[in-house]
Amino acid sequence: MRYLPLTDTDRAAMLDVIGAPSIDALFADVPADLYLDKPIEGLPLHASEMAVERHMRALSKQNLAAADAPFFLGAGAYRHHVPASVDHLIQRGEFLTAYTPYQPEIAQGTLQMLFEFQSQVARLFGCAVANASMYDGSTACWEAITMAGRVTKRRKAILSCGLHPHYVSTAQTMARFEGHGIDYALPTLTAETDFAALADKVDGETGCVVVQYPDILGRIGDMTALADACHAAGALLVAVVTEPVALGALKSPGEMGADIVVGEGQALGVGLQFGGPYLGLFAVRDPRHVRQMPGRLCGETVDAEGKRGFVLTLSTREQHIRREKATSNICTNAGLCALAFSVHMTLLGEKGLRALAAENHRLACLAADRLAQVPGVTALNEAFFNEFTLVVPCDARQLVRDMAGKGVLGGVSLGKFYPDGQGRENSLVVAVTETVTAEDIECLAATLQECLA
Amino acid sequence: MNAPNMSGWKPGTPQAPEGSDGVHTVTGNRGLMLEEPLVFEIGNTETTGVDFPSPLTLAGGAGGGPDTGSGSTPTADSSRVREGNRLGGLDRSESFGLPGLSEPETVRHYTRLSRQNYAIDCGIFPLGSCTMKHNPRLNEKVARMPGFSDLHPLQPESTVQGALGVIDELAHWLVSLTGMAGVAMSPKAGAHGELCGILTIRAALEARGDARQVILVPESAHGTNPATAAFAGYAVENIPATAEGRVDLAALEARLGPDVAAVMITNPNTCGLFEREMKAISDAVHAAGAFVYCDGANFNAVVGRVRPGDLGVDAMHINLHKTFSTPHGGGGPGSGPVVLSEALMPFAPLPFVRKTDAGFDLIEEEDDAAAPQSFGRMAAFHGQMGMFTRALAYILSHGADGLRQVSGDAVLNANYILRRCEDVLDAPFGATGPCMHEALFSDAGFAEGVATLDLAKALIDEGFHPMTMYFPLVVHGAMLVEPTECESKATLDQFIMALRSIAERARAGDESLHQAPQLAPRRRLDETLAARRPVLAWEG
Ligand SMILES: Cc1ncc(COP(=O)(O)O)c(C=O)c1O
Repeated sequence: MRYLPLTDTDRAAMLDVIGAPSIDALFADVPADLYLDKPIEGLPLHASEMAVERHMRALSKQNLAAADAPFFLGAGAYRHHVPASVDHLIQRGEFLTAYTPYQPEIAQGTLQMLFEFQSQVARLFGCAVANASMYDGSTACWEAITMAGRVTKRRKAILSCGLHPHYVSTAQTMARFEGHGIDYALPTLTAETDFAALADKVDGETGCVVVQYPDILGRIGDMTALADACHAAGALLVAVVTEPVALGALKSPGEMGADIVVGEGQALGVGLQFGGPYLGLFAVRDPRHVRQMPGRLCGETVDAEGKRGFVLTLSTREQHIRREKATSNICTNAGLCALAFSVHMTLLGEKGLRALAAENHRLACLAADRLAQVPGVTALNEAFFNEFTLVVPCDARQLVRDMAGKGVLGGVSLGKFYPDGQGRENSLVVAVTETVTAEDIECLAATLQECLA
Repeated sequence: MNAPNMSGWKPGTPQAPEGSDGVHTVTGNRGLMLEEPLVFEIGNTETTGVDFPSPLTLAGGAGGGPDTGSGSTPTADSSRVREGNRLGGLDRSESFGLPGLSEPETVRHYTRLSRQNYAIDCGIFPLGSCTMKHNPRLNEKVARMPGFSDLHPLQPESTVQGALGVIDELAHWLVSLTGMAGVAMSPKAGAHGELCGILTIRAALEARGDARQVILVPESAHGTNPATAAFAGYAVENIPATAEGRVDLAALEARLGPDVAAVMITNPNTCGLFEREMKAISDAVHAAGAFVYCDGANFNAVVGRVRPGDLGVDAMHINLHKTFSTPHGGGGPGSGPVVLSEALMPFAPLPFVRKTDAGFDLIEEEDDAAAPQSFGRMAAFHGQMGMFTRALAYILSHGADGLRQVSGDAVLNANYILRRCEDVLDAPFGATGPCMHEALFSDAGFAEGVATLDLAKALIDEGFHPMTMYFPLVVHGAMLVEPTECESKATLDQFIMALRSIAERARAGDESLHQAPQLAPRRRLDETLAARRPVLAWEG
């Protein structure tokens, strides 16, 4: 048992000190009739590193990795190239195997990194303050809704039809138990966002309006007027960003007046990982809202000798101090994913992020034009970043499966999210990042044509 | 150009930057103890550590909008895009001040930062309630196999059968080790698991038309327990403890009634003790029509030795980042699968994996007929896959026999510390019998003016990470020591030697303890200042 340093000699000597006859005797408080005195039957016994690796590799081979196919999936999780140094740095044991920095004198590495991460996220989102991370975009979105409820003392949230359907489901689940009112309708397949319609809906009971940017259909819209309408009614505007790379090309939500900007940070540094662990981003435009924020915050201070240092701060919002009155129950967050995001962001810098965004947009424009030439296919969006919706003449759920059968991961069918037979299932969301080649685009066009024929 | 803030010096502070050894350096570095400026102080918006195939700037907007990026001349490639860009006139024209570094500078920046951290890889990390065990590197290798790490969560099921197989295999282990009916795999950490369990209970109660409003939580519980109950819309009340540090069964029975939805119990509890009367507690709770939620943060103490299902538990989260060795990563990510009893399984959240003759299905909203009573989705996608692969590799490495040895050694190590230190450190429950995987001490016996904090900081100077301080709240000046099974006897002996020596100084009232730590990258930090004048982002 390679992970257990004690020898039988050690164990005997230690039991001697303790004055117990055996390890089993240390479990005297467990009722004897329920105590398991031998390994549970039917489960395998210990295995060598080589055997475990072989077993896991066999399982991994039963999957089609994105790198092994022309790949166009997005809808809340994006495949980007992650520089090799990112993965190297996050595997440094001092980062990987540290705990939450509760002893700041020996955790300045993690703390300074978090301070830099918070600063990077705030700038990306056009906000004043970002926290040290949430679990993921969907839970960050719900936390933003509850935070808006605390700030405005109103418990109605209006969700855009373009909000990611999993985020909508998450909010609906939580709201049902927590007593929030949720106003939401399924998306209609139009080129424009619903921001103008949302502005008309805001009333004196509305705590917040939640929009996604770019939205689930890849649409982008100016939220300035909507922000004004929210503020005029005493409501907050929450903007959700599931593809942070977009903000290397697009105006930030903060610049357009969004009050709380949350997002999924997976696209930078973290990778696809079949959906998790991901990285919840959470920021506020107005620093006065900081005390209503959920999650950990890292702040600057000085040590007893006057040297700059960093600590977790404003903890009186958090569960370990405030218990049932805390702003959230979150404890463990997504620290290592925040590090990956931050390292990737440092490697890119503003110049690199702009270039990355430009490359994504260029390829997406190429793909949209090419795919719209496939007979029967039309592109829905006029404006988009790296993702757009194609309307196809059949149920895209089957289409996606057919394309996968030909080794092409061609997009996400909206029928998967909106299986109600109202026409939305005849559409496909296609994401195009810098990892896509011109040949991949040709291959997708040809496969689409073949499958639709 | 001025040198960036290399010394860590705060302008305007009076002291001289001189170490406790009297050595003065102009950089602020002290040999291998290296200072590192913020990336905002050393990077700039013109530098990047990433190359792209062609020089890239955005094409101008269709409506003649401004070019973004550094140049205004269209590149060769942009001419292939018809009508310029399609950003709807929303181009980000203002600089947003994100500094970049070249690759060598980046590697150095983060490597230097990393060296200011203590970590399991450096030594014992006896943080009670956190189970800081070794993180096997095989797990890192496995999680990075492209067949796991490079899968999109929305790929067709036929292309991810191996990934669904991992979830199913891990689920089988968790169910077998706990003796429960099933498991919800999607929660993202312990607290999220608590939420999952409580929402499942609430859905079950609602299904029988029962609108119970109260959740009972022991005073010794972790803060996430009451916070979760409140987050799920419940009122929270405390359950008292006995003088022995366990749940007061009589008081609990007296409080149970038709308004109580659930009782949240940590077992082994946060005092490091097994709740001997757990079965009686569960029976009483069930008799009153309520459910038993168990906080499984301390499962490492009993894995392979007793099954929570046999103790009457209805729901329990398992922190894969504790018991099953997935790395803490400086604060996460975690993973908090929730095992559930037969009575609760129908209400489990979406999505979940179902095994069929043809392979594995993922049951999501689309298939709601397959799970009509599910309380719904609590996060996007299907859980912390990257943690599942690691935890499964860990579990397979140990096997059923090894996991039983894990809990045995973890408990042995804690009892060894308890018995070797209880003559110099007060062990409030030491006389009641063995502890589980954590040894709990209090500050009773310290000289006036010396606190738990001083002892903890002095451990830092001895090269150890301190134990958990001031938790649980029910013990004055609590010190909760969890060595885990991963420490050798030699390491424990050295730690005990240091702990005893500091404890004796604390009893003797050694004033110099207030100065600790003196040998760490930083002295004690001013937390009051940080909270009073919050600086939460770079403002340069
Ligand atoms: C007893 C106990 N319960 C719950 C939690 C919360 O778990 P997590 O941090 O994974 O959310 C912790 C973790 O610190 C804990 O120690």
